[in-house]
Amino acid sequence: MSQQPKWVYSDKLKEHFTNPHNILGEHEDPDTYDGKGKVGNVGCGDEMLLVIKVDKQKKIITDCKWRTYGCASAIASTSILSEITKGKTLKQAYAISPQDIIKELGGLPEHKIHCSVLGDKALRAAINDYYLRQGIVNEIAEKETHVVCKCMNITDREIEQVVLDGAKTYIELQERTKIGTVCGQCKQQASDFLQNCLNKHSV
Amino acid sequence: MFKQQVYLDHNATTPIHIEVKKAMISVMDIFGNPSSLHSLGRQAKELIEDARERVASFIGADSQEIIFVGSGSEANNTVLSTFGCLSQECASRRKMRSNIVTTHIEHPCILETSKCLSDRGLEVVHLSVDLEGKVNLKQLKERLNDKVGLVSIMMANNEIGVIQDIKTIAEIVHEKGALFHSDAVQTVGKIPVNVKDLNVDFLTLSAHKIYGPKGVGALYVRKGIPFCSLIRGGHQEKGRRAGTENTLGVVGLGKAIEMRDLEMEEEKKKLLALKSALRKGIENNIPDVKFNGHPTDCLPGTLNVSFPGAEGEAILLYLDLEDIAVSTGSACASGSLEPSHVLLACGLNAEQAHGSIRISLGKQNTIEEVNYVLEVLPRVIKKIRAMSTVRRTRSQK
Repeated sequence: MSQQPKWVYSDKLKEHFTNPHNILGEHEDPDTYDGKGKVGNVGCGDEMLLVIKVDKQKKIITDCKWRTYGCASAIASTSILSEITKGKTLKQAYAISPQDIIKELGGLPEHKIHCSVLGDKALRAAINDYYLRQGIVNEIAEKETHVVCKCMNITDREIEQVVLDGAKTYIELQERTKIGTVCGQCKQQASDFLQNCLNKHSV
Repeated sequence: MFKQQVYLDHNATTPIHIEVKKAMISVMDIFGNPSSLHSLGRQAKELIEDARERVASFIGADSQEIIFVGSGSEANNTVLSTFGCLSQECASRRKMRSNIVTTHIEHPCILETSKCLSDRGLEVVHLSVDLEGKVNLKQLKERLNDKVGLVSIMMANNEIGVIQDIKTIAEIVHEKGALFHSDAVQTVGKIPVNVKDLNVDFLTLSAHKIYGPKGVGALYVRKGIPFCSLIRGGHQEKGRRAGTENTLGVVGLGKAIEMRDLEMEEEKKKLLALKSALRKGIENNIPDVKFNGHPTDCLPGTLNVSFPGAEGEAILLYLDLEDIAVSTGSACASGSLEPSHVLLACGLNAEQAHGSIRISLGKQNTIEEVNYVLEVLPRVIKKIRAMSTVRRTRSQK
């Protein structure tokens, strides 16, 4: 008989899926942490809650825990994100992109890329929440972004990034970001902006 | 870990029956083209005609009414395309009736083909189903008119196993002068099916769902009704399906059917008992579950269940790590963004649909395997729910 086939995803992903790190315990209260971010929704298949503890002097994230409703890649990508976040400055953590997470996971199939895009958003939401709770000026958040898809919280900056990563059509954009998959009202605006980006970067 | 894979995905496909395997190996060297007049050709032809007899008699048809095809999908495409053919001759044979009525829970090969026909100008109506997956017969009656040429409704659904009241449906359809096709890929060989008794005009069946080989199926076409070939250019299958016959596959299908004839009734009882044990065990050991489909009019081996708060692909893959093979209606496993169209049509919300798994039992499953699943599954669901954002007041044992 033939040998055991390869697993669906990378070994790294399998490891994090089998033994996810830093899960926020069932009886733990997320509000006891310094910052909390929740993104996505169960209806579209992925929802993530991420909490952080921050060393206020050094502006370093000392702890990061999470809960995720989602598939294997969503679970593993939150687990791996919680690992790479710890020890980073707020500024460094804010800059983590889906591509960084995918790289850490040892790659993801094209149709699974959208499963990893929630983690970095949840992390940024948690950092923003931290600033808000501290009552201090959020010195990292860029002011000039505009939310295109309100349901999935996808900004024009992210659309541009996805275009730079090779998306050429609305479907490809949707596959990678889940944009417009809930109410769908942003489709026209997203398509127009996508076209602008394609023109701008002459793709 | 179990000694070997616990395979619970028989609605996807089945392992080949040992007798089928033997039969296919025994004819491996019979290479003659069944169309050839010489003895090697006639030898192959004979094998095919024997299989045709067997398939026909199993479903109560005449052997001339059986066309061998490459798959269930091909058979379904063929039937629908017959109604999309724009030639004068085909249209007049159909009495100019071209529109199609089908349902929201059909296999994608029906849904996508009918979408294509609708793009070409045919009117296609999709009937709704109730919470248990039964087709809305009132709506069927309302939507039938003298433009409708074909009604296509699957006999048993692949995801939830619901069995439709085919005989009643055929009666309603014929009263309004339309023809009736039923995709019975999940049904023939699992429960008794007789085309004359059910009064269907077209019926699709497939070998690999009933312990036969992949790549072969059959289409029943009632004598004398309009038919237009999908694959042209040869006189094979009386000009209804061109292409040199798949002798090996057809022999496999014939043998698979012969074995179903012998084993189906006993197996049905066994599967019902295993399913009942599985269902009870899930109910007793996992809180907050929802069983999908019809409680009684259901394929004997099919059990579809939702675990809200847990996502289906994660369930499937945790089970896979413990050597249990199931399937899911979650979007993530299929690579699409939408969860199962069948579960959504039955009124499930997205969370229930994303959190569903389909367990489909087969002849080789044992009570020991069911017990093993009942040991692993509660642990897997508990693990997934513990890390889920979805929180409910529940008393997980």
